[in-house]
Amino acid sequence: MAKKNSRDRMSNEINAGSMADIAFLLLIFFLVTTTIVEDKGITVKLPPWSEEDPDITKLKSRNVFAVLVNAQNDLLVRGESMDITMLREKTKEFIVNPTKREDLSERPTKAIITLKNDRGTNYETYVSVYNELKAAYDELWDEMCLRKYGVKYSEDLPLAWRKSIKDEIPMVLSEAEPTSFGEEK
Amino acid sequence: MSKFSKGKKKPQPAISTASLPDIVFMLLFFFMVVTKLRDSELMVKVTTPFATQLTKLEDKSLVNYLYIGRPVEKYKATYGTKPRLQLGDKFSNVNEIPIFLERFRVKIPEAQRSKITTSLRVDGRVTMGIVQDVKTELRKANQLKINYSAKKKPE
Repeated sequence: MAKKNSRDRMSNEINAGSMADIAFLLLIFFLVTTTIVEDKGITVKLPPWSEEDPDITKLKSRNVFAVLVNAQNDLLVRGESMDITMLREKTKEFIVNPTKREDLSERPTKAIITLKNDRGTNYETYVSVYNELKAAYDELWDEMCLRKYGVKYSEDLPLAWRKSIKDEIPMVLSEAEPTSFGEEK
Repeated sequence: MSKFSKGKKKPQPAISTASLPDIVFMLLFFFMVVTKLRDSELMVKVTTPFATQLTKLEDKSLVNYLYIGRPVEKYKATYGTKPRLQLGDKFSNVNEIPIFLERFRVKIPEAQRSKITTSLRVDGRVTMGIVQDVKTELRKANQLKINYSAKKKPE
């Protein structure tokens, strides 16, 4: 009789108290072995490799927005030095050309931005310049999207919307082979 | 007969700890999801630059990482202070990139191979020379989707 009683008591309930210990053990393992990495960055699509340099001499010079960053991290935009804080506005003005100036791009679809750097250019500077150029396009897309569809541009929008916007303002950013000034020895 | 009987003394029940595992598991799952097991020890110092136009890398299984930076203190004696490229867990030359990419590529189902992104985790203070060489090599290897890893600029 006594035997039966004790079995009854055991099968009453599984003791879940140690479950917490097991879970804590796993939790501590993950806490120790992992690091939270911020996986964010500027996504870029590189042009496919080709042996010969692209020929930009055929382009009208009014459609080319040449940005040069030298080994001293100075910015040269269309032959004039410029502060990086001005770059975004100037780029936007160049692409849209709201006042129909003769020396800015004919149409957003014809605008081409070329970026050239030295081998001695600081990576940080390069990224911030690239960031500004991308920001110019992002802002233009936002503005156009707000005008057309009433929402800001984002990758979650329907493909047709995104396409119609990118058709009107395509992002054309070509990067020239760098000159080898200031290479680290 | 009152609806709310006050006088009756109930035995004080013990606080059930049965939900404690649930809480801990919730924490556990949170950490499992937000963290990524670092497969390689960093041998170069990488402090990514700041930027504003950031996109988040969605599918982490489709991302491979290249690290560029100056060797950390431990390796300075052997490898010098020039910026170096780290692939996986060792210092590498630029010409080892194609084989590194290929090794990663074969593990991915064929349908998803076009979605592979290469994340360039580059120290902000290195010069463009080595970055340019890496970019050229990536273009030659036809790995065109890249991401310059950067941090959100504080306001």
